Amino acid sequence: MKKLISAALASAMVLSLAACGATGDSNGSSAAASTGDAAATAEASNADGSTPIKLGGIGPTTGSAASYGIAVMQGEQLAVDEINAAAGKTVFELKFEDDEHDAEKSMNAYNTLKDWGMQVLLGTVTSTPSLSVAGEAVNDNMFMLTPSASAVDVVETGDNVFQMCFTDPNQGIVSADYIAEKGLGTKIGVIYDSSDAYSMGIYNAFAEEAAAKGLEVVTAEAFTSDNKSDLSTQVAKCQDAGADLVFLPIYYNEASQILIAADKVGYKPTFFGCDGMDGILTIEGFDTSLAEGLMLLCPFSATATDETTQKFVSAYEAAYNETPIQFAADAYDCVYAIYQCVQNGSINGDMSFSDMCEALKTEFTTMTFNGTTGEGQTWAADGTVNKPPRVYVVHDGAYQTAE
Amino acid sequence: MFRLKNMRKTTKNNLITFGIVIGFYVVIQILSAMGLLTSSLSGQLVPICAYVILAISLNLTVGILGELSLGHAGFMSVGAFSGTIIWTVLYGQVPNWLGLVLSFVVGGVVAGLFGFIVGVPVLRLSGDYLAIVTLAFGEIVKNVMNACYLGYDSTGLHISFKDAASMNMDPSGTTLINGAMGITGIKKASTFTIGIVLVILTLLVILNLINSRAGRAIESIRDNEIAARSVGINITKYKLMAFITSAVFAGIAGVLYSLNYSSLVAKKFDYNTSILILVFVVLGGIGNIRGSVIAAALLTVLPELLRAVNDYRMLIYAIVLIVVMIFSQSPQVVAWRKRVMDGFRSRFNPSKAKEVQ
Repeated sequence: MKKLISAALASAMVLSLAACGATGDSNGSSAAASTGDAAATAEASNADGSTPIKLGGIGPTTGSAASYGIAVMQGEQLAVDEINAAAGKTVFELKFEDDEHDAEKSMNAYNTLKDWGMQVLLGTVTSTPSLSVAGEAVNDNMFMLTPSASAVDVVETGDNVFQMCFTDPNQGIVSADYIAEKGLGTKIGVIYDSSDAYSMGIYNAFAEEAAAKGLEVVTAEAFTSDNKSDLSTQVAKCQDAGADLVFLPIYYNEASQILIAADKVGYKPTFFGCDGMDGILTIEGFDTSLAEGLMLLCPFSATATDETTQKFVSAYEAAYNETPIQFAADAYDCVYAIYQCVQNGSINGDMSFSDMCEALKTEFTTMTFNGTTGEGQTWAADGTVNKPPRVYVVHDGAYQTAE
Repeated sequence: MFRLKNMRKTTKNNLITFGIVIGFYVVIQILSAMGLLTSSLSGQLVPICAYVILAISLNLTVGILGELSLGHAGFMSVGAFSGTIIWTVLYGQVPNWLGLVLSFVVGGVVAGLFGFIVGVPVLRLSGDYLAIVTLAFGEIVKNVMNACYLGYDSTGLHISFKDAASMNMDPSGTTLINGAMGITGIKKASTFTIGIVLVILTLLVILNLINSRAGRAIESIRDNEIAARSVGINITKYKLMAFITSAVFAGIAGVLYSLNYSSLVAKKFDYNTSILILVFVVLGGIGNIRGSVIAAALLTVLPELLRAVNDYRMLIYAIVLIVVMIFSQSPQVVAWRKRVMDGFRSRFNPSKAKEVQ
């Protein structure tokens, strides 16, 4: 009997595999038949004859960085649904592929999306996979707008790669300037993740700018992704060095541990983080009172009172039953930025992805975009975004604009 | 046909393996010429070749030498980094083919050197202890490369293990390895043809090694080390020979892999990658080179084929691994398979079945 079951299971497996293989092949051959350009398929066009634009998204929806990938996926989906509903037709089609925060998987996802007929890439979410995908997007001349891959090398890959978020060095420089200008601390300690490109990018620029602005960095303590389970040593070293401001260019999970460790030893400096800190108030089981007074440089706050943000936050909460983080907001803005180009009439679904890329390049370097992550955003020719940085301070478990 | 029958069984077996590899190449070329090749599959061809080489080379350590190594990704990593640095530095200064050959050679040699350095003390251990030390080696390589900053300017090479600023380079200097960011802006060079050539080269070297006098000595160490020593086989020499050959090809595979992408980070070559390669070897059959080739290729493509079922992808992947493992290794299933096969045989070829009885 057992044998029978296992045999049945095995054959079911083989069948399902064969089925998957078959669908993959048929997709591929249709894409190959249209030889990549003008991926206009008859059955997908709208009643008024316009063809939907195929947006591809790539990000980690599983694995250690899944929270960011899922936020981006949901943000993009929400924007696409809103735009399609408002226009009364299918303006955008979105397909989001998982890359598990791995460069190889990300390339596979990119190729899968190309087979599907993607015309604009809204990804990838994390920096390391982004670098590989950007190289390929430049070769193909596929327009790439990443919501959250903030490494400066990503946009340096080519002139068709644009960012919706600040670059890492930019965040480091702005943080140092802000701290110096407001006189937030005289002795500065830094705790950073030396195994993480994001953290290192911010830290290197911060250290340089801090020296130029005459800030005294008394200690810089590193940890790596392999030994981050206990960060109390780093906190103790900052305390011993007498730091009255601790700069944390790291993600919120590690930051929450640092806050807990500092609280245990009664160490109360000003903590200052960057956009990776966004999300710290949503950690399950984390006592948000520990984050009181935490400052963070972040282009987005779910509690901001402007109309665009309010509309986005309430729609997101209604759709997914959670408060959006900055990644979701960036992703939401990405779709609307592309939609602005559609409304300007510079792109439509009948264009090949290469023609669309040229049109979008011109459009992005000349247009001004207002979104949830800032008013009056513009892009430089190198692909970096220019928008006013905002600094928030945590007060009573919510962000408030810092004075 | 007559000659094929009289051929030695191992030669015939090896020819089938080469036939599979060349056949795969021809099929892909035909599909590509007909425009039937999807971007998804063509993007995976180079990684498939790299994983096949890794699986073959690890099988030499695990299957033929009989030692469990969990640090194969470490050798891949040092090979990838050294080869990529050579490629980046030489790019535009020498003809591309020469730069490419040199980077593969350097990647292989550096990995081999590390194989020697690790192998000399480590091969005195065996079994679990060896596994633990090779595991540690892989982690050390990953963490060192993660913290390593390397650059050059007019005054020479600069290296730092702290941050980019402490390299003290001229502003005009070039950064080669940028810590956790690794190497970026690599000019892609790997192609499917290069990959297949390297797979065939690996097969030639390793199959010949296995079927040579040295290979039999290595196998005798696996089967009974004391007996091998008693007949005068130099244990250390043959262990090192297998271990270093394995490391060299892991390094070459690393170069092939890294030159397929425009960025290279040390994090990729972690414990999970070592285990992945080991899974290829175990599923393909320990000591079975052809099995490794097929398993590596199939298991690389499988997760991509399963993209259609999205959230269940990893679940199905795991179930497939378990089913294949049971099907190929469990004694009961093996016995059942044998009975079924015998049944088929007696049905279609009664005379032969009688002979067997």
